[in-house]
Amino acid sequence: MKALPLAVLALLAFAPTVWAEDTIPVDLSEPLPPKTQTWSFDGPFGMFDRAAVQRGYQVYKEVCSACHSLNRVSFHDLGGESGIGFSAAQVKALAAAAKVPAEPNDKGETYDSSGERMTRAGIPADHMPAPFPNEEAARTANGGALPPDLSLIVKARNGGPNYVFSILTGFGHKPPHGFTVQTGKYFNPWFPGGNISMPPPLTDGAVTYSDGTQATVAQEAHDVVTFLTWASDPKLEQRHRIGFGVMIFMLVLSGLLFLSYRRVWKDAH
Amino acid sequence: MSATTADEPTRRDFIYIATGAVAAVGAGLAAWPFIDQMNPSASVLALASIEADIGAIAPGQQVVFKYRGHPLFVRRRTPKEIADAKAVNVADLPDPYARNSALPDDAPATDANRAAHAEYVVLLGVCTHLGCTPTVSTPQVPQGEFGGWLCHCHGSQYDTAGRIRKGPAPQNLLVPPYSYVSPTRIKVG
Amino acid sequence: MSGPSTYVPKSGFARWMDSRLPLARFAHDTMLSFPTPRNLNIWYAFGAILTTMLLVQIVTGIVLAMHYVANADMAFDSVDRMMRDINYGWLIRFMHANGASFFFIAVYIHMFRGLYYGSYKAPREVLWILGVILYLLMVATAFFGYVLPWGQMSFWGATVITNFFSALDQVTPHWGSAIATWLWGGYAVGDPTLNRFFSLHYLLPFVIAGVVGLHIWALHVPGNNNPLGIEVQGPQDTVPFHPYYTVKDGFYVALFLLIYLGFVFYAPDFFGNPDNYTPANPVVTPPDIVPEWYLLPYYAMLRSVPQKLIGVLVMAGSLVTLAFIPWLDTSKVRSSRFRPMMKQFFWIFVLDCIVLGYCGAQSVDAVRFGVPLVWAARVGTLYYFGFFWVVMPLLGLIETPKPLPASISQPVLSPAE
Repeated sequence: MKALPLAVLALLAFAPTVWAEDTIPVDLSEPLPPKTQTWSFDGPFGMFDRAAVQRGYQVYKEVCSACHSLNRVSFHDLGGESGIGFSAAQVKALAAAAKVPAEPNDKGETYDSSGERMTRAGIPADHMPAPFPNEEAARTANGGALPPDLSLIVKARNGGPNYVFSILTGFGHKPPHGFTVQTGKYFNPWFPGGNISMPPPLTDGAVTYSDGTQATVAQEAHDVVTFLTWASDPKLEQRHRIGFGVMIFMLVLSGLLFLSYRRVWKDAH
Repeated sequence: MSATTADEPTRRDFIYIATGAVAAVGAGLAAWPFIDQMNPSASVLALASIEADIGAIAPGQQVVFKYRGHPLFVRRRTPKEIADAKAVNVADLPDPYARNSALPDDAPATDANRAAHAEYVVLLGVCTHLGCTPTVSTPQVPQGEFGGWLCHCHGSQYDTAGRIRKGPAPQNLLVPPYSYVSPTRIKVG
Repeated sequence: MSGPSTYVPKSGFARWMDSRLPLARFAHDTMLSFPTPRNLNIWYAFGAILTTMLLVQIVTGIVLAMHYVANADMAFDSVDRMMRDINYGWLIRFMHANGASFFFIAVYIHMFRGLYYGSYKAPREVLWILGVILYLLMVATAFFGYVLPWGQMSFWGATVITNFFSALDQVTPHWGSAIATWLWGGYAVGDPTLNRFFSLHYLLPFVIAGVVGLHIWALHVPGNNNPLGIEVQGPQDTVPFHPYYTVKDGFYVALFLLIYLGFVFYAPDFFGNPDNYTPANPVVTPPDIVPEWYLLPYYAMLRSVPQKLIGVLVMAGSLVTLAFIPWLDTSKVRSSRFRPMMKQFFWIFVLDCIVLGYCGAQSVDAVRFGVPLVWAARVGTLYYFGFFWVVMPLLGLIETPKPLPASISQPVLSPAE
């Protein structure tokens, strides 16, 4: 059973080379179909790979969160039954390490004398702090483009996890002849229109994994997409577990009803 | 259904009974999500404990915090108020029990059992009669005869340790579970 | 209802109650002893399935309303909170969202069954019209409900549908726009719109439940039609509803729920649109606006007409047409089993609805197999109206039906069918 994930990871490591530059089609009126990946949460028995989803949280925190908010996820979500395997103490420590906007102080102030937004240490009930205070600030800092909130990104895109993975690993290809990359944009044939405002976010070694996993771009992308899928659908595991019991139950009930039906109707013929 | 045949009543009955039983069990299990959805959600539970800064409270003053949707009284007592509270004979109280979440149920309602540090009383501001919020008594605007709190809904009177002294309330004001994080900061819940 | 009551009160209290409020007699006559043709097949189970789904939708809906906030700034967040935070909120919401789709799957099968076996023909015209009213109420309820999560599709769907009324400007200037403004409670879809849609979405299911009562009443007066389409001639043709059809319907309801719950647990977003996981943004329209799948055929008809007012009228006409079916069908024979030509036109009609649905899901300028889909939709629209207004009246005059069996019990009992 160990061999399968390893094989998948090995394949993943080579994924970017699958699309060599010359294979990028010339017609990009439609974006390329998302690269199909194998995910731990696929299928009716799929569950989030704990190690991958925690590594993915690290990638989000150290890379993505510089520009992308995760407004709908709170620290306490990381622990508990539908969390990603952190203990209550770990959740508290993660929250306390984050700076969240402070409530007005006794004088009603939210900004200190130097004009900075006052912050306090987070508690588990706090939501993940956003990198920018509002949409306008986010746009100003990103050349007019708005980095979308990532809380529901996997559910909000056609292709789901495969699409997000393709975007993250879809940089570095040579644009086909005649394709213009706009100023300040980057070429990514998996993005509608091919011109994306996001610079390539991941690099080999952008994060250092504590479990010794090698931080290739494909590995980082795979991990962060696992995390973002959890963020979009934190109840997936509960859903799959309960669903299995419900399916068995409904099959038994249907079977018994069928037998009752046959018995009752025997009299009618 | 035509009259039940005498030949094979057992098997016939078994299938009907099994079907009915399985359906009934299913209905019972299916009801649970619809009941549980009304229980406090994960985010409400995450807020179930608070920390409060009590260093800025002046002697004789009460500050009200919010704890699990209820008012939380933190009153810094004057030496006279402490002395008044300690002078009471526990046996004379309508409710002789401490009603302190940190103590056994049968702990007596002494002042020391009501306030871990005599200077501060920390109480749930919920009248034990029917849940109104009692009004704090001050020397300038006394409320009731005992210098503590008066509930205006039905006239329950509490002393400076939050113990019921007069009126319809059956119990002393509840002392919630709390601890001192520092001499000027408490964690409740 | 049909025929004298066979209820016999068994206890003193039952007799006392029976002469004051005969609830037990009513339940006995309508749900237990009701004589039902013995040859009803699987397609007749969809009435029970629909009743079940209505119940599921009302119960889950009442629960969702406990957590939903009908405010343009908070609606999306409140729905997201249900999914993450409320105990089993994800389950109840997915049951409700998928429940709508499965409600429509069931109602479409129920309607096609009625068409195939001629269940709308005398003396069941009122039964059929009540069904059409139920269907329209369902469409309205589903539309209001789809707006509530306040995602991008919610918002733009509401905008597009309410703008249908502005087409009336082409009849009397400003009147259509005035109606649209009145519906919105503002100059665009916004907070007031959301609030009134929520109110109506909560109200209409109870109206549906009431009309369902009338629908079942109107069923119990003439009694069930059946796959042979011939009249019940005596007790030998019927069985009491209980236990014969309670257990048969129960089995099919369980099978239907099995499939439905399979989607709830394992493909909960299958019928949804990813764009509705993005909060409503009044200044950005998503690239492809599509309604929910159950409205796609009408959407295709609307788009197949290049003129705004006529497009809206064609769509409205396609719905209104349904109410006239009892009088458009001139045949003496009910069931398509004995109508060789009708049978073929019926299956083409089913295919036509699927093609229209497919066209409605694609972008306006899509081309498939070298055929611009807008033309496919035009042909489909013509067939839709042609089937009801030309084929149905004409077939009754030119078609030679196959010989009808003498009675229901005869073909069931004889081995030759």
